[in-house]
Amino acid sequence: MKIEILGMGCANCNKLYQNALEAVKLSGKEVQVTKVEDIQKIMSYGVMSTPALVIDGVVKVAGKVPKVEEIKGWIE
Amino acid sequence: MEEKCLCEPTEILIFPCSGGSNVGQIANGAGVKLTQSRMGKFFCLAGIGGHIPGMIESTKAGKMLIAIDGCPVACAKKTLDHAGFNIDEYVQVTDLGIEKNSNLDPNPSDVVKVADHLASLISRRRGI
Repeated sequence: MKIEILGMGCANCNKLYQNALEAVKLSGKEVQVTKVEDIQKIMSYGVMSTPALVIDGVVKVAGKVPKVEEIKGWIE
Repeated sequence: MEEKCLCEPTEILIFPCSGGSNVGQIANGAGVKLTQSRMGKFFCLAGIGGHIPGMIESTKAGKMLIAIDGCPVACAKKTLDHAGFNIDEYVQVTDLGIEKNSNLDPNPSDVVKVADHLASLISRRRGI
């Protein structure tokens, strides 16, 4: 599984990245978490509000920071 | 009573129908003008119709949704309704006394008229 955090370095983008790392740790699963800061790549997902979280190519949320538990639910 | 929106312009999402007539292009022009004057943010209605997940999720994060239709066919309104979104402010260009025709070069004064109408609705809802 691969999680991508879309955002250009804003505070909420970093918060979402940290939440995703925490969720992965709690899930105990092997998940790759990466930041995507390239605007062209972000736009390619159709995302118009950041931060956004993408799991295996599917946008799960955009424009807000979901809680750790919510992200963990998506991973499981 | 109308609910006030404590929202920033980037959280005010504008969906013009951008249809193939003068009024569709006036709707589009009004959306551009409102975005350029920082009243809101132009969003992609086609992305909603196409069920693009990034567009759908971005729209869920909006605090005020505005639909601008050119005519009573109401494509923008129906597209947003169909996707399950509630529209906070809505206008049909023809309701403002502008007659529909097939000219795709909108009259700039008509664009201003629609943009000004919506700007006042947005300001009222924001309480400013």
